[in-house]
Amino acid sequence: MCGIVGLFLKNPELRPQLGAHLKTMLIGMTERGPDSAGIAVYHRPVQPTQCKLTAFHRDTGYPWREVAGQLGEALGAEVDVERKGNHAVITVDAAEADARAWIARHHPEVRVMGYGQLMEVYKDMGLPAEVACKYALDGMEGSHAIGHTRMATESAVTTEHSHPFTAAPDMCLVHNGSLSNHNNLRKWLRRRGLEFETDNDSEVAARYFAYRMGEGASLAEALEAGLRDLDGFYTFTMGTRDGFAVLRDGIACKPAVLAETDDWVAMASEFRSLANLPGVEKANIWEPKPAVVYTWSLQEAA
Amino acid sequence: MNTIDLSQTSVRELNQRLHGLAPDTNERLWRILNPKGQHALVAGLNVPIEVQIDGHVGYYCAGMNKEAKVVINGHCGVGVAENIMSGEVRVKGNASQAAGASGHGGLVVIEGDASARCGISMKGVDIVVGGSVGHMSGFMAQTGHLVVCGDAGQSLGDSIYEAILYVQGKVESLGADCIEKEMTPEHIERLAGLLARAGIKADPHRFRRYGSARKLYNFHVDHADSY
Amino acid sequence: MSVDRRALRRSATFPEHVLAEIHRAADQGLYEIRGFGAKRRLPTFDDLVLLGASVSRYPLEGYREKCGTDVVLGTRYAKKPIELKIPITIAGMSFGALGANAKEAIGRAATAMGTSTTTGDGGMTEEERQSSKTLVYQVLPSRYGLNPDDLRRADAIEVVVGQGAKPGGGGMLLGQKITERVAKMRDLPVGIDQRSACRHPDWTGPDDLTIKIQEIREITDWEKPIYVKVGATRTRYDVALAVKAGADVVVVDGMQGGTAATQDVFIEHVGIPTLPAVRLAVEALQEMDMHRKVQLIVSGGIRSGADVAKALALGADAVAIGSATMVALGCNRPVYEEDYHAIGTEPGYCHHCHTGKCPVGITTQIPELQARLKPEQGARWLRNYLSVMVLELQTLARACGKSHVLNLEPDDLVALTVEAAAMAGVPLAGTDWIPGRRY
Repeated sequence: MCGIVGLFLKNPELRPQLGAHLKTMLIGMTERGPDSAGIAVYHRPVQPTQCKLTAFHRDTGYPWREVAGQLGEALGAEVDVERKGNHAVITVDAAEADARAWIARHHPEVRVMGYGQLMEVYKDMGLPAEVACKYALDGMEGSHAIGHTRMATESAVTTEHSHPFTAAPDMCLVHNGSLSNHNNLRKWLRRRGLEFETDNDSEVAARYFAYRMGEGASLAEALEAGLRDLDGFYTFTMGTRDGFAVLRDGIACKPAVLAETDDWVAMASEFRSLANLPGVEKANIWEPKPAVVYTWSLQEAA
Repeated sequence: MNTIDLSQTSVRELNQRLHGLAPDTNERLWRILNPKGQHALVAGLNVPIEVQIDGHVGYYCAGMNKEAKVVINGHCGVGVAENIMSGEVRVKGNASQAAGASGHGGLVVIEGDASARCGISMKGVDIVVGGSVGHMSGFMAQTGHLVVCGDAGQSLGDSIYEAILYVQGKVESLGADCIEKEMTPEHIERLAGLLARAGIKADPHRFRRYGSARKLYNFHVDHADSY
Repeated sequence: MSVDRRALRRSATFPEHVLAEIHRAADQGLYEIRGFGAKRRLPTFDDLVLLGASVSRYPLEGYREKCGTDVVLGTRYAKKPIELKIPITIAGMSFGALGANAKEAIGRAATAMGTSTTTGDGGMTEEERQSSKTLVYQVLPSRYGLNPDDLRRADAIEVVVGQGAKPGGGGMLLGQKITERVAKMRDLPVGIDQRSACRHPDWTGPDDLTIKIQEIREITDWEKPIYVKVGATRTRYDVALAVKAGADVVVVDGMQGGTAATQDVFIEHVGIPTLPAVRLAVEALQEMDMHRKVQLIVSGGIRSGADVAKALALGADAVAIGSATMVALGCNRPVYEEDYHAIGTEPGYCHHCHTGKCPVGITTQIPELQARLKPEQGARWLRNYLSVMVLELQTLARACGKSHVLNLEPDDLVALTVEAAAMAGVPLAGTDWIPGRRY
């Protein structure tokens, strides 16, 4: 079980403070998720020919420079590496599928946590405050971000099992709740060629939505399909290149609160994570209805 | 008037202090600042004091309230006044799920909207909502009254026992064994009384009454699909 | 023409009781509801034996050399943990399911033995609070009768997520047992069938349970231990989550756990036996370094001091008895045989608590029947039975060289069957094989 948070800035002037606000929101969810935490931040867009991967290894002394260099050579592309805690952000002038395939082939010990052109994903074990500190969340700017604090239910407490889960470029998912048919759904997706890294129910949800979108569904359509195909209790928050989406199952036992001002839209499992956002006293505060897809996009906000 | 700022005092300290008050205490008026969504605020009160909370509160505010009068100047989280025994709890803003859950007595007023499962398992409490309520409101409601001035979501009164529901607006759908019933003069009067106690202006004649069809009281195989 | 009985063969797939059940279902159109726990054969503590003293291990002298039985529950957060003289508690059973005399008898016996009783679905009765020195108060999905005054005069509070007989199910009481008094306590009309809520009304999931537990602590000023009770299913996860949610004590009830009224299909086909549940719970606690810091009570088919000894050896801090308590009070005793027949059963087979016509006056609200169980007599029976269990427990513990029963350990046990070895995580006797271990 868990706490989830999401922040989407409508007012570009607030972008420098994105990380600071998300950090406060994340720490507000510590009691719901003391085991591990994860964040996805949308910022620092790369060039259209480039892609950005956030990669993880347990060992902080991992030779990222070397590995990134090998990647660049293999793909004949320029490469840049920035290390952060147990993660490294690798920017390469190539297609993300090729970069990921090379890493999977030559360095299977590395776990790619996120990929795309905007999104960076950091997840680690420990209290939210510790994780926020380790990855300098405080100083991050950006347009939107989602976060998750984890209390492990049925799968292990490891970094790989933490949320957010990525299944497509610039897409990630956090989940509060417990699915009940994810094992069968995983088999169904495997038969359609998808591969899984964990036995976690949330990973199944992420890959399911990515699958639907890969088959041509829009974000909203994919989420609607999820209402039919996913069984169990859930509040999902999904991060996308343009914004984020929130969905609750039809029974809606797991909590979700939304707050909106002219400057931002925020989501959290409990109000106390929103209580310190600027202007929250005047915000419109409501709960998303069950089985209704809510989406916010930068294009709409503009 | 005692004013407590929760950015200086912990919830635990506040609650313990309030629990320590004697029934005839002269510290009758309390104002709480900066609740910031914290949980279990003023839960378990059991003396006739008045508490005003300035801001939004988290889960279970005024849980198991007895005799006290609590006003929340903001929104509240899950389970406000859950299991209330007596007294009054008023929310000026909106309420999250399970407002008044399993309440045994007293009055709960939500001036804004209440969310899903408002009045779930209620056992004698009177709940008056100025706005609308979400799905599964009045679920397994045993006794007491739920008044909704706005609309009600899906499955209103599912599995209801003897509680009485009055709704002014639209009901998206009725739950198992819940049916519309006649608004007799007696009920109009009863509803008028509830609205007056809640301090909410509305015309009782515009409400409809819902209650148990009592077909699930003793199992019969022909009603099996209601289960 | 006479029947050659030698040619008669029963179907193992459709034995007599299955035939009878299908005929009954066809007649009535409703699932069978009954009391008691799972009746089918399961791997149990009977399949484990203790390794007594020998040349390498020395026993303690009976009587003279102390074998302590005391246990403290709720040391994690509560200001007032519970101190019990014996590691055997009385499990939650509702007033409504049981009559008032039974509850009083149980309270008296438990008080005399220095242990606790537990309320059930329906709330706390005055009789039970007066007669039971240490009373655990349940908070159930139904919330019948729940109130802050009883919360405050309880000695501990047990948040019930589920029970072994029906993990995932709610309470059930049929109309014949909803008398005036029961109806008033539960805020229900007299004589109707009570419907069950299987989830709590104001929280779902361990993250929200955390907040609920905090609320209960706030209301009771952090004084009392908070237990979380689960029916045994995904026990390792459940125990870990209960600890993370802030429980002081975890109660795990295996599938043999009893009930006064539940669907037979639920009792027999949902949940795992107590034997693996104990091991899973202890492993979860050890993994979190919380063993003995968050105490574990196990229940579900505990019948003798031997069962208690084995449960403690596997790592439990205490056990709870439900069905066995009722048997001590006379359940299934061969008396009033016509009354057993009248409800369609015989002594030794009876599981008819749900009818409210308990021939020995335990699970009934009918005054004439209740009168058959005098609280004093019931208290004496139960007290004797508990004393016997404790003596048995101490005998076995001393034989294993323990000066305190909580010093029993898994290495004192071996298994007689492969299933029991795998479930309990102890070697098959005479070997060092523990099936199912991943090395």
